[in-house]
Order: sequence, then structure tokens, then C-alpha cells
Amino acid sequence: MTERPRLAVVGAGPAGVAGALAAAARGVRVILVDAGEQAGGQFYRQPAPALGARRPRLPDHRWRTWERLRDGLDRHRSAGRLIHLTDHHVWCVQRESGEPGTAEGAPAGRGSTAGGFTVHALRGPAQEEGVTVRADAVLLATGGYEQVLPFAGWTLPGVVTAGGAQAMLKGGLVLPGGTAVVAGTGPLLLPVATGLAAAGARVAALVESASPGALLRRAPALAAQPGKLAEGAGYAARLLRHGVRTLTGYTVVAAHGTDRLEAVTVAALDRDGRLRPGGARRIPCDTLAVGHGMLPHTDLAETLGCTLSGTAVRVDAEQRTDVPGVWAAGEATGIGGAALALAEGHIAGRSAAARLHGTAPDPRRWAAAARARTRLREFATALDAVYAPPAGWPDRVPDDVVVCRCEEVTAGQMRAATGSLGAGDLRTVKLLTRAGMGWCQGRVCAPAVAGLTGCPLDPGRRPFARPVPIGVLADLPEADRTDLPEAD
Amino acid sequence: MKPPEPARARPGETCTVTFDGRTLTVLPGRTVAAALWAAGVTAWRSTRGTGRPRGVFCGIGVCFDCLVTVNGRPNQRACLVPVRPGDVIRTQEGTGRDDD
Repeated sequence: MTERPRLAVVGAGPAGVAGALAAAARGVRVILVDAGEQAGGQFYRQPAPALGARRPRLPDHRWRTWERLRDGLDRHRSAGRLIHLTDHHVWCVQRESGEPGTAEGAPAGRGSTAGGFTVHALRGPAQEEGVTVRADAVLLATGGYEQVLPFAGWTLPGVVTAGGAQAMLKGGLVLPGGTAVVAGTGPLLLPVATGLAAAGARVAALVESASPGALLRRAPALAAQPGKLAEGAGYAARLLRHGVRTLTGYTVVAAHGTDRLEAVTVAALDRDGRLRPGGARRIPCDTLAVGHGMLPHTDLAETLGCTLSGTAVRVDAEQRTDVPGVWAAGEATGIGGAALALAEGHIAGRSAAARLHGTAPDPRRWAAAARARTRLREFATALDAVYAPPAGWPDRVPDDVVVCRCEEVTAGQMRAATGSLGAGDLRTVKLLTRAGMGWCQGRVCAPAVAGLTGCPLDPGRRPFARPVPIGVLADLPEADRTDLPEAD
Repeated sequence: MKPPEPARARPGETCTVTFDGRTLTVLPGRTVAAALWAAGVTAWRSTRGTGRPRGVFCGIGVCFDCLVTVNGRPNQRACLVPVRPGDVIRTQEGTGRDDD
């Protein structure tokens, strides 16, 4: 073996950066491939340098963590141990054919490389130029995105995802309007509401569908995380300071406006998640930041053949998927936040480094990260139970509401597909109605279609993780082309 | 135009672009979507089917709701594409091509 093994890390959020640093520090050449202009992912998203922000809007301890990660990247990059490809949008990771263990220098055992991998990316915001990267192993740190369940008026301009409002604020230092309502369910709503208020928006209400009772019922599991509780209390104090009214046990039932948002109607929920009679009120606003939890990005893992567990990539204690040579960490393996992603990424990077050097890693070396992982996964499970979307939401979506935003398919058309036309799965609903066939490939509407039709939320099975120009496919070397996955 | 307070930003030189023929002064480093939001514009596409207005939804390149025509090229995700001096930004009608 003449060259050090090479690990491709897809995604430069907390999990990817932690994994890249752990591997680079242990004699692995790391190539970090990320869609962003700068490392950080969604959580540590930074304003563009030209905007001249003196520091991003992060609490002090988070900012220090990020400085440490960023300095680590700089150090390994200057030392030639790490290459960071920014603005590279990965559309497929391909396992190269080759007999296991026959590649020169390939270490043996599970997690070995068996012929290596090709990472296919599109460069630049235009995403028209193809780039390929070869590696002996891959760490998928592809993150997640927000789930939004539909309601009347949710396609109006001014209605944005909670995470989207936050991303535009973090990256562009911009607000969509002057008066916002933040609504839905989940821990993300708190930082979004405080962030919008701190940036100068009037936040008319924070509307959380979980009831205070649901939080109390999970109190023991949540109280086991004093740091997280303090964080929650900090947000609550800031909301009070900004005079933000919090409505718990309420949901948005409609957004109003003709060509843009003018108001929302919110209504009180009973214990079973049904609307309480007479509990509706109208709140004027020009912005609604709404979200109902997060979903993992699993396209690349699915195409590689990694087994999923529910909607997330399944990994073992070393963060290995069940495909040899492929590790996964962070939100892609289950939604749990940045601290969990850091722990998982660290473990993945250390495991990959050991395996790439042909040795079995010693998990005692990452015992602290493993303890943090256990603790934070338990916390995430407790949060999931508190912040489930209210039970009756599909019944409240009127037939004329567009649910598939790309193909403009209504709830009524979807109901007809499963009702009179007898569809029993999302794929059949798609073939009958075009729901999920558009630009976003069902990433946005799939949970809603599943909820409305009663079909299971199957993995999307998208062979390409983003639209690929036909010219890029045509330019691939013959060997790569023949191995590309078949479209579903 | 002024960035929100807590970032304490000192942006570089502004530049100008046009949106549907109207000149906008924009801060450097912003995406097309952020530049349009800062100018008070929240919709820049009409849907293929019913011609309804759309703008940013997910803000991170997943949903494709914010498609826009920049310098004659349709279907650019406004939330990803950085604004450049002199850009000609147009509302995208339908597919953004002449075929509809």
C-alpha cells in the first residue's frame, strides 16, 4: 500500500465536520463534499462573508464549539490531510464493482472498502457541471429537512417553513415581513421565534400544538437533560422579553390572503388532538413560519442499498450502515439535533479511520461520545413523543387544498385515488394523481400524502438525490454509466 | 435593506439588479431570494397549473417552490443562487420556457 486510505464525507454540518476531523486526525485522507458555500450545515449556517456580519447569531457556547470545529478544518486543510469541496451538490454515491478485499491495500473485514466508491456531484449554484470523487469509504452526513403538514392556504407566499425562515435569517440576514406567526410543533419553533424577534420582526404568536400536559407527562425523561431544559428555559425567557405570546395546544387551521399571506386562523385542540368548539381566533400577519418536525435525508444511503429503520438510515454502534464501507451519522440516522450529530460523527470518523487502516477500533476510546449519544438519543425519543403532530390533522384538510405543491394535486384528488380508485400505497397514488412526481420528488408532500390517504410512508427510492442535467449523465465514463442505479 | 440588528453586519458595496424591469439595490453575498425579500418581494413564480404565486418555502433547496428566471435561465432556485451585479431577474411563469 503506497497511499493513505481516503474517506469521502458527504455533508459539512455538525456530523460531517466531526467525522472529517476524527478521521483526518488518524491518518486518513478526507475529502469533505458539501453543498454549502461554507462549512456548518443548517445548524451552523453562516452569513455570506460579503455581508460582513461580525459574528453569527449563536449562543456563546455554540459559537465556541463551532470555532473549534472550523479551526480544526482549517488546520487539517493546511496540513494537506483534508480537502473541502464547497458548493458541490452530491446526486449519487456509487459502489464500484470489484471483489471484496481484492483492491490493492483494501483492508479486510466488515466496514472495509470492497472496491471503493464514486461520489457524483454537481458544482456551483447552477449545478450544471459534473464532478466525480473516488474514495475507499464514505461517511453520509446528509442531514435532514423540515416536515410541514398541509392546511388551507399553506401555498400562499409568506408561508415558509420554520427552518426556512431561520436559514434565510442566518444566511441572508433577512426577514420576509414585519409580523410573523411561528407555528406547528417541535423544539425548532423556539429558536425560530426568538431569532425572528431578535432580528426585529414582531412575532404575534408562537403556536405549538403539543399541550403543556404532554410535556409534563414526559417530564422525567426530559428532566434527565438539565442542559437541554436550561436551553428551553432560556428561549422561554427571551420570548417573554420580546413579548411573544405562546399558545400551546393550538394549531393553525388556515392561512388567509389572495396573493400573499394576510392572516392565519388558529384553533385550540382537545386532549385527543381534535379541534375544540369555539376555540378559533384570527391573527393578522404577513409571515407564517411553520414546521412539524424533521425528516432525515436518506436518498444517497438508499441508492447505496443501506437498510433504513423507519425513515432513518440504520447504523450499528460504530455508526456503520449495513453496506460495507458506508458509515452514516447525524440527522440522516435519526433526528436528534446538533449535539447528537457531533457525537455520532466523531464515532463514525474514528471507526472509519480504524477500519480503513485494517484494524478493529476500540470503542472505549470514544466512550464519552458514546455516552453522550445514548443520552441525547433518549432525549430525542422523549421529545418525539411530546411533539407529535396533532392526531386529527388529515381530517381538517379540505378537499380543495393543494397538497403536492409541485404538481398542484389536491387533497380531494388524493382521497379519490385511495377511495374509488383503490390505491394502497404512495407509489400508486403518485401514478394515479402525479402527487410526488414533480421537482421535489415528493420530499415535501410524502408525509402529508401518507397521512391523508392512510398509505404507509415508504422510503422515497430516489436514485438521484437532485435533478441532474442530461449532459452530465452523458459525459460520465462508460464504466460509471453502466453501474448507475435503475430508476424506480 | 439594512440587515437585522443582532448580526451587527458591515456589508460590502451594494450592487444593482433588476426584477421584472425594476431596479433593486442589493447587498453583496445575498441569495436571489434574500435580495428579493429585502426588497419586499415574496412571490416570483406562477405555477404551471393554476398560475398561483409562489416564493420561498423551504429556504434550503429542497422544495423547488422558489424557482425563478435569472439572466434568461429559468428554474433557478432563488434560495441557493447568489445574486450577482447586473442580474436580470424575472418572475417565472409556468415552466419558464416558451412551451406552455
